[in-house]
Amino acid sequence: MSQHLTMIQAITEAMDQKLGQDDRVMILGQDIGVNGGVFRSTEGLFEKYGKDRVVDTPLAEAGIIGSAIGLALNGMVPVVEIQFLAFIYPGFEQIVSHAARMRYRTRGQFGVPLVIRTPYGAGIRGPELHSESVETFFAHTPGLKVVAPSNPYDAKGLLISAIEDPDPVIFLEPTKLYRAFKEEVPKEMYRIPIGQAKVVQEGSDLTIFAWGAMLREALNAAKKIENEKGWKCEVVDLRTLYPLDRDTIVKSIKKTGRGLVVHEAHKSSGLGAEIISIINDEALIYLKAPIKRVTGFDVPVPQFSVEDHYLPTVERIKQGIMETISF
Amino acid sequence: MEKTENPILKAYSKENLPEMYQVLAPNGEIIESIDGKIDKSLMLKMYESMLLLRMFDRKSVNLQRQGRMGTYAPFEGQEASQIGSAFALSAGDWMFPTYRDHAAAIIHGQEMYRVFLYWMGHVEGSICPEGKRTMPPCVPIATQMVHAVGTAWASKLKGEENVSIAYFGDGATSEGDFHEALNFAGVYKTPTIFFCQNNGYAISVPFEKQSASKTISQRADAYDIHGVRVDGNDIFAVWLTVKEAVERALKGEGPTLIEAITFRYGAHTTADNPNIYRNQEDISTFWRENRDPITRLKKLLINKGFWNEEQEEMVLKQISEQIDTHLQKAEEYPKADPLDMFNHVYAEESWHINEQQQELKQILKKDVKK
Repeated sequence: MSQHLTMIQAITEAMDQKLGQDDRVMILGQDIGVNGGVFRSTEGLFEKYGKDRVVDTPLAEAGIIGSAIGLALNGMVPVVEIQFLAFIYPGFEQIVSHAARMRYRTRGQFGVPLVIRTPYGAGIRGPELHSESVETFFAHTPGLKVVAPSNPYDAKGLLISAIEDPDPVIFLEPTKLYRAFKEEVPKEMYRIPIGQAKVVQEGSDLTIFAWGAMLREALNAAKKIENEKGWKCEVVDLRTLYPLDRDTIVKSIKKTGRGLVVHEAHKSSGLGAEIISIINDEALIYLKAPIKRVTGFDVPVPQFSVEDHYLPTVERIKQGIMETISF
Repeated sequence: MEKTENPILKAYSKENLPEMYQVLAPNGEIIESIDGKIDKSLMLKMYESMLLLRMFDRKSVNLQRQGRMGTYAPFEGQEASQIGSAFALSAGDWMFPTYRDHAAAIIHGQEMYRVFLYWMGHVEGSICPEGKRTMPPCVPIATQMVHAVGTAWASKLKGEENVSIAYFGDGATSEGDFHEALNFAGVYKTPTIFFCQNNGYAISVPFEKQSASKTISQRADAYDIHGVRVDGNDIFAVWLTVKEAVERALKGEGPTLIEAITFRYGAHTTADNPNIYRNQEDISTFWRENRDPITRLKKLLINKGFWNEEQEEMVLKQISEQIDTHLQKAEEYPKADPLDMFNHVYAEESWHINEQQQELKQILKKDVKK
């Protein structure tokens, strides 16, 4: 059975179904109970599952993530919501020094099956520090998995996989896409494996790698380029940012011979650099041109009056494609 | 250079300070009746455990000096706090020790050879016996306190009769995680015991520079949880306090913050030189001579006719053999396999880690050929 859902509805449905199916699953966060979450991603869950399973917590990220680690050690499956990605920093130590290392330190004796969901990214006219895209911090931490869906269907399937994963998963939800569009989402539970990218559009001239909110910009740019120049771009949605799906990246580059990475995170030490390194290691001789990066700039994410200029635009992506193809 | 006055001496002086719960006075006299609470057999178990772990600690420091072990964090002087608290727990209780709480961990079932292994740089030193819930020593400060809230919360949700205990020092009480843990535990009334060993110094910083609070236990009031200040060198007082905290937790009455006043005789770690920041000789001599946890129990045991020097000699010999057996096991432990560092990062294998493991494997093969 199918239905048309926004990304936020798909995320709510994933949590609802896991709460219904598995008694160990708990949702924790600020304003996620009675209020249903600041983006309403937990709407209705408090009424349905009660205060012990959909928990309004004190306002303390280290406390939320740290106590969730304890809950996970002792058999629960906590799903934490951090209100915005830039608010996660007080809990950063808990994530990198404990959640990510517990299995390793105890040689598999104790694991931390924890999901941390958090909205990320710019483009919604948010206040300061509501628009960050710092996936690299987490993608640099062995022991974590980092996921960023770009559409409702993937969001539901990936979140169910994340909740079922025995290890901690940072689940980045592109704020801009929460209600941007609806698409067909199966009613029943399904899983999208963590660690698998997806070729969302086949092409032969160049591969664009993107994720989260940038995926749509990439698709728009690809469409325009095709109309204007007749060039066919392949578009790869990475979906999982750590560990990366090397096979899909390399296979696509071997086919097109040209690549472009689009991310809204800052350029320096961003994931684009890692993707280019993978291609360098595995497919250098297939390249017809250097791989470009179209990214957020190396400045703090600015306030919203200029955020559209900070973010990669369709125009900048098009420019990058043209420069690469006519190299 | 001006050396700071010993804040612990001040803590022991009663001016301006609330009472510290004490049962066994430093001179070996019983202040409060323990009839029906602590029998001869428990006393002897406590005493022999303190002897064992003091010897273990000294052995560890020596091993480091001899280059047979890495940097080590000694606990000598804090035996009553660690052993008394751990004796009050049940086998299935969750324990979150720091890097100085080996005595507590060993009493709760951790094996001595694993503690040696940990300080010899083996990851296997973090593993606790099957079925036990002793976490690896927490290296960052105060971060484990929130874990002990989470495990206790889960016990409560599942209806399991277990408490979680977090060990930490006076320095930890300045951390945000200390506050967050006490606050969360108060809100969710978790069966958590926050056991602070206030040994007066966070490495070099005395408590008076750590906080303007007169005591640590008074912080409990802010969270409306139970707070107790206890003589941490009085094993009876510690045991009774923690036992009561366990009972309160299991009755659903929530967490307890315990401040145990104690002192580390030695350095922060074997890499630290306490002479730089305190009058090490004077202070440790004062504590050894006047406040030692083992001496006071020995006085009581001898007065009661439960103990004599012959027994002590015999027990010390057994202890020494026991420690040597564990040391031998640790030193004969298979050499660490470098390739094992790639295991257990995730429950499932991941391509990039597997490849890096293969890469190192090839390098190791070449090394062997050379």
